[in-house]
Amino acid sequence: MKKTDNMVWRSFASVRLALFTLLILATTSIIGTLIPQKNPPEFYIENFGQRTAQFFQMLDVPDMYNSWWFITLLLLFSINLIVCTIDRLPNVWQMVVMNNLDTDPERLEKMPHRQVFHARGDAAALADTAATLLARNGWKAQTANKPGGPLLFSQKNAWSRLGVYAVHLSILVIFAGAIVGSTLGFKAGIMLPEGRETDTVYETGTGKPLPLGFTLRCDNFNVSFYADGATPKEFRSDLSVLENGKVTIDKRPIIVNDPLNYKGITFYQSSYEPMQGFNVVITNKTTKTRQTFQIPFGQKISWTEGGIDFGVINQEVRSRMGDVNRLKVWFFDGQGEPSIFWMDNNATQTVSRPTAAYEFEASQVYATGLQVAKDPGVWTVYAGCLLMLIGLYVAFFLSHRRIWVYIAREEAADRCRILVCGATSKNKIAFEKEFTALVDSFTHDSTFQNA
Amino acid sequence: MNSSQLLGITTFAYLFSAMLYIAIFVFRAKKLGLFATLVTVAAFLINTAGIGLRWQESYQAGIGYAPLSNMYESLVFFAWAIAIFYLGLEWKHKNRVLGAFSMPFAFLSMAYASFSPKFGKEIKPLIPALQSNWLIAHVITCFVGYAAFAVACGMGIMYLIKDRKTNAAPESLLASLPELKVIDDIIHKTLVFGFLWLSAGIITGAVWANSAWGTYWSWDPKETWSLITWFVYAATLHARFTRGWGGRRIAWLAVLGFISVIFTYYGVNFLLSGLHSYGGN
Ligand code: HEM
Repeated sequence: MKKTDNMVWRSFASVRLALFTLLILATTSIIGTLIPQKNPPEFYIENFGQRTAQFFQMLDVPDMYNSWWFITLLLLFSINLIVCTIDRLPNVWQMVVMNNLDTDPERLEKMPHRQVFHARGDAAALADTAATLLARNGWKAQTANKPGGPLLFSQKNAWSRLGVYAVHLSILVIFAGAIVGSTLGFKAGIMLPEGRETDTVYETGTGKPLPLGFTLRCDNFNVSFYADGATPKEFRSDLSVLENGKVTIDKRPIIVNDPLNYKGITFYQSSYEPMQGFNVVITNKTTKTRQTFQIPFGQKISWTEGGIDFGVINQEVRSRMGDVNRLKVWFFDGQGEPSIFWMDNNATQTVSRPTAAYEFEASQVYATGLQVAKDPGVWTVYAGCLLMLIGLYVAFFLSHRRIWVYIAREEAADRCRILVCGATSKNKIAFEKEFTALVDSFTHDSTFQNA
Repeated sequence: MNSSQLLGITTFAYLFSAMLYIAIFVFRAKKLGLFATLVTVAAFLINTAGIGLRWQESYQAGIGYAPLSNMYESLVFFAWAIAIFYLGLEWKHKNRVLGAFSMPFAFLSMAYASFSPKFGKEIKPLIPALQSNWLIAHVITCFVGYAAFAVACGMGIMYLIKDRKTNAAPESLLASLPELKVIDDIIHKTLVFGFLWLSAGIITGAVWANSAWGTYWSWDPKETWSLITWFVYAATLHARFTRGWGGRRIAWLAVLGFISVIFTYYGVNFLLSGLHSYGGN
């Protein structure tokens, strides 16, 4: 028994199954948009009651897109696609590569588009004229000598028959990329305060620590706002990578939509958290000495070489998150009264003291929230997407068009009968026009008489 | 003149255009034909100018973004895409009755954008996640596809109306509609066009998500609904292409598919918004 006769094979090769699977996928996918996904079990008990929640757990509804039954549907879909392709591709391939000069003249008489002419003269000379007319209409012809006379053939876009298969293949390529990504990659996150470094990130969902294989440092984080003061304009982190103590990436700025990729791991700017503390830079304008600090809130700090004591003694918070708008500084060089002043966050204040003038820069310490992803499958997925778009374009808008001109000597008379015929894989109306144009140029040539 | 005024005029111009086409259909007022087309072209140009001006205004406001970033702006673009798609269809088929089943969608989209209190029309600064060229590509591709699906739905309705009384007298209203075979062909071609753009829309959305968050697909309700819509149209194309479906069945599927489109865009934002949709207003 040939594999193509097997019942199981036939049902897996059927488009009926494909339609069924597509509609089941479409309808079941709705469930996960109505019932919130990936919440803890208590959520479902609270919202849907004990029994329904139990039923949900049984069918993996809380994580339905990763459930055994949904994956099985996708698997069924893929098998359907593969079997269907194996079943049909050989015939289609045959259509692409076949030698159309072998076509039986009998079959030419049955082509969907036909026109018959008559002409006097030598068949070979007529074939030359016909070839010129074809070429003038954009059809480059090949010729073969048949027992009855010469046969000319020309075709366009034979390979476009493969477009559909490119689309189908692209779906499998995307699945393959997704599987590679989910088995060999990870999604994780890290909250990294300015000035700190880490060699570990934490898996999303499980919180499992994942070693990076290198060290990541956050040098700086900044959030800027639009004039309305409320809408964030840009989140920016400066990230450095250290490997074996050596800096391999130095303060690369990242923003949302422009991540950092290092050794296959990508760091995305995703959130931030204001911390209790400040980055402070003090410059003695007379001696030009300068010192950087990271200080906690409300604590006296000493800069011994500079002979300065200082601290942040109050702060004005803008948002619930704890963004500091203004801060109050206490600054003392051991002489007279200490300076106490309010200043804006992220600003510089000049402090005049008996000993010298100082510049005091302060900005709140932030932690940058990074999303960390490793997805070695993403380029496969993108390649699949590109293949899909190209395949859809080919499948929808290009057609395989074929033209034959058969010049048959007529027995009795010194005449030839000329059959111009053609066929297209789709878009008959456009081909009809093209064919009519060709026939017209035969009609207008005095060599040929309409039959 | 500012962009809101221009877009306000656009709404009424599309209403006028839709009414003219409906008059051509209902009263067989063929004489109105050229006028209807001119009104539609003018409405489309005003719509274009409105979008352009809004773009410029956003730069003057010191924000500077393509006006495709919220619900209001996407509805305006939706109307724009329907209008140009329809004008192309009219030009190709030289049949203005099609306008009676297409331009009302352009009007409804503009009217919903203008009169619904749900979303703000002011130019608001963009949060960082929305500052991406992929977002622009995403909105354009999706809405070109949606526009085609809207017109396909209109053609589907037209088919179903005509098909109810095939043997209508020659001078009856329905006789002025194109032949069933022609409508069927327009539906199919429009669906094919829409499917290509919807596919591109889903893909550009995935690329955008990946560049912003490192996940190209997260089964978010919005993403999932766009995929459901894609499945519906894929099934429709297969039913036609390989099982020879046509006529009423495909007309119904064109309507069903568009309901799914609407749900993807509006339903997810407003009906499921308690859950976890993004991009609301
Ligand atoms: C959502 C997934 C799918 C997409 C996007 C897709 C896409 C396409 C496209 C664009 C065409 C060309 C249709 C036309 O020219 O009008 C096509 C044809 C076809 N598809 Fe699919 N397809 C999908 C799934 C499947 C599956 C699962 C099967 C399994 C049997 C299948 C079987 C076929 C067949 C047999 C044809 C006709 C090919 C021919 O004879 O030339 N498709 N598909």
